[in-house]
Amino acid sequence: MQEMIKSKLAELLSTGAVTKVIGWKRGENFYDVSPAAFESVESLADFVYDDFCGANLSKFLVKEPGKESKVAVVLKPCDTFSLNQLIKENRVNRENIFVLGVPCEGKLSEEKMRVMGIVGLTGCKVEGDKVTVETLYGTETLDKNDVLLTKCATCHSKKHVIFDELIGETGEDSDVDRFVGVAELEAMSEDERYEFWRNELSRCIRCNACRNACPACTCEKCVFDNDASGVAAKSNANSFEENMFHIIRAYHVAGRCTDCGECSRVCPQHIPLHLLNRKFIKDINTFYGDFQAGADAESEHPLVHFTENDPEPSIVKEGK
Amino acid sequence: MQIEKKPLIVAFCCNWCSYAGADLAGTNRLNYPANVKIIRVPCSCRVNPLFILKAFQRGADGVIICGCHPGDCHYTTGNYYARRRITLLFSMLSYLGIEKNRVRLEWVSAAEGAKFAATMQSFAEEIAELGECKRLEDLRCKK
Amino acid sequence: MKLVKDLSALYEAIAAVQELYLPVENKGRVDFKLYEAGANVDIKTLKTVRSAKDFFFTQTETLMGFKVEGKNIEVEDLRPEVRPFVAFGVRGCDARSFEVLDKVFLVDPVDTVYEARRKAGTVVTLACGRPEETCFCTNFGITPEAPAGDVTTWLTEEGLYWQANTDKGEALTAAIAAVFTEGDGKAVEEQKKAISDIIAKLPLANLDMTHLEGVKEETFWGHPVWKDISETCLACGTCTYVCPTCQCYDVRDFDCGNGIERFRCWDSCMYSDFTRMAHGNNRNTQDQRCRQRYLHKLVYFPRRNEGMFGCVGCGRCVAKCPSKLNIVKVIKALGGK
Repeated sequence: MQEMIKSKLAELLSTGAVTKVIGWKRGENFYDVSPAAFESVESLADFVYDDFCGANLSKFLVKEPGKESKVAVVLKPCDTFSLNQLIKENRVNRENIFVLGVPCEGKLSEEKMRVMGIVGLTGCKVEGDKVTVETLYGTETLDKNDVLLTKCATCHSKKHVIFDELIGETGEDSDVDRFVGVAELEAMSEDERYEFWRNELSRCIRCNACRNACPACTCEKCVFDNDASGVAAKSNANSFEENMFHIIRAYHVAGRCTDCGECSRVCPQHIPLHLLNRKFIKDINTFYGDFQAGADAESEHPLVHFTENDPEPSIVKEGK
Repeated sequence: MQIEKKPLIVAFCCNWCSYAGADLAGTNRLNYPANVKIIRVPCSCRVNPLFILKAFQRGADGVIICGCHPGDCHYTTGNYYARRRITLLFSMLSYLGIEKNRVRLEWVSAAEGAKFAATMQSFAEEIAELGECKRLEDLRCKK
Repeated sequence: MKLVKDLSALYEAIAAVQELYLPVENKGRVDFKLYEAGANVDIKTLKTVRSAKDFFFTQTETLMGFKVEGKNIEVEDLRPEVRPFVAFGVRGCDARSFEVLDKVFLVDPVDTVYEARRKAGTVVTLACGRPEETCFCTNFGITPEAPAGDVTTWLTEEGLYWQANTDKGEALTAAIAAVFTEGDGKAVEEQKKAISDIIAKLPLANLDMTHLEGVKEETFWGHPVWKDISETCLACGTCTYVCPTCQCYDVRDFDCGNGIERFRCWDSCMYSDFTRMAHGNNRNTQDQRCRQRYLHKLVYFPRRNEGMFGCVGCGRCVAKCPSKLNIVKVIKALGGK
């Protein structure tokens, strides 16, 4: 798989069809895979596509002004939704992007291994649904499902919604119920929900990783960086600011969030931020009809659209 | 009902209907609680979710948004957009465990002075029952 | 050698004389928290998510307040009251980071809040029983098998071995003398040996740093690594906020509606408005910001501080960067073998 992708990218670069490739690069060890730009066929020697390519590369296209040059990008199915959404919002010029779709069987998280107490990671082998991890302290065999990235464990689609060429086959929408986590919280009492979110959000160190990794967060100046907004801050002074930052961030991407799950992947404190975004997705589906952001590049954004028969906000009190 | 410290209520009122409704309540000498502080906005859809959170930060115990009845917006469709936005925000606040009754949206026309007064009265009573807003408070603003 | 068999008795004893902060587990993540009975103490996990610098240089602290009435401005001192405390379970890398921070905050003009906390805090370090693949502290002369600190401890099967190193450490030991028994200390020697054996196997334990010695500030300015890493640097502040030695801060005013509170909070050189001034920004692009962060630790800081690096090799950035960029990659790219 990796070699097929690499040779396609080499062809694109050598024919001059593109001047740059955005892909993943091998680093120090098995899980050290970092997003990277490749500008020559030789540099592709470090290109990698494996079980640790979790990062969504669509985000890096926003930086590409690219009027003159064309960029190739390697996208997994979920990442293509993000690209579609960016195209819809005119944040990316479709004509300058060559999308190479690659299949995905779910990516792994070394952080989950650490949380399970498996440390000193030195090697990893995936066979079927088992993962064998080599560590400085011995070898462990794990279920792949236990160490999948959270976003992959509840993957909503393996279908590429936008691509110029595919390596391998595209998949189908999944029938996994990704709203289980949201429903569990909804079933709790108000006090329990409050306790749950206080515990989660109080760990926030306000590093902005969730915001900066998010392909929907593309404001040139975020309201939280803008001194004139009255809410700018570089750290959370108290619980109010912890709440405010996450409510507003989730709200601002409501209806635009494709559920790519990057926010939860990058959070150093493992706050389940996707549960905030999924709440909005679930509400939009319930109140205004099923909607999947990024499924196409044309449909109406649910928050800049309305019908005369929309439910009143009192529906929240009635408990839906 | 005797309360030590009156809860603070912020009402965002659209210029064309609800603010005029408040005016009408006044000219008709209809009482509504003095702890309701009105902020006039051009349209209910001017109310950014940040305004609501900011009101809580500065010490509000309840926030109510009032606008023209659906279909009667001065700008034709503003309140329809507001309805979607506010619904989602209220739902999110409840999801985070903030009491559902802390926030409300009501449609009040310029002719509904009595409704304005009654709405504010009932909202103020609800908030008084809930007491001080502890779950969305910024202690720095409460000294 | 002093030995503690019952750890909860130790925690209770310390908490009875001073505030005790120690690593507490919460949903699989560990951070330093104030001890309370029943807390889920976890001293086996090697690294807390946040570093121990919070003890002395907290993420946010209020400095002063202003109240304006008419033509009068009333200024209030809102600096927090600092009480004696014990930081328990600090690792060798974090313990070294305090020395790095001292070079910044305890030189003239001395930072009074930091100084007060440093005086009030007793640091109890814990040897690293299970070093991880992200660790590279040995490159900076740190000894994870016997970390520095007011007190050094070793968690062995027998219990916790305890060795006071300073007057502060002795004072704490005397205050809780009842919890100790005597052990033969063999287990400590065994553990030191085991740790050294693991360290010999760590992939990042022997980095070549010679190319960084005695170089000028501008030596690496035009290096291609800055463009390389800035291509996919997300410009978030994760590396700086989990870093035990990042010491940049911002001072801001918060409008409370009834006055102003001036506070200081961590800042990150990865942010676009870092050190922004009236004329604009010193560093406009992400490659300049990345260059600043790494060269500050590897070149500028050592030049001003007798060769002491501004990195302690804790490996938090290695584990936490969303794009897997980190200082080890930079050290290697700059010419290390």
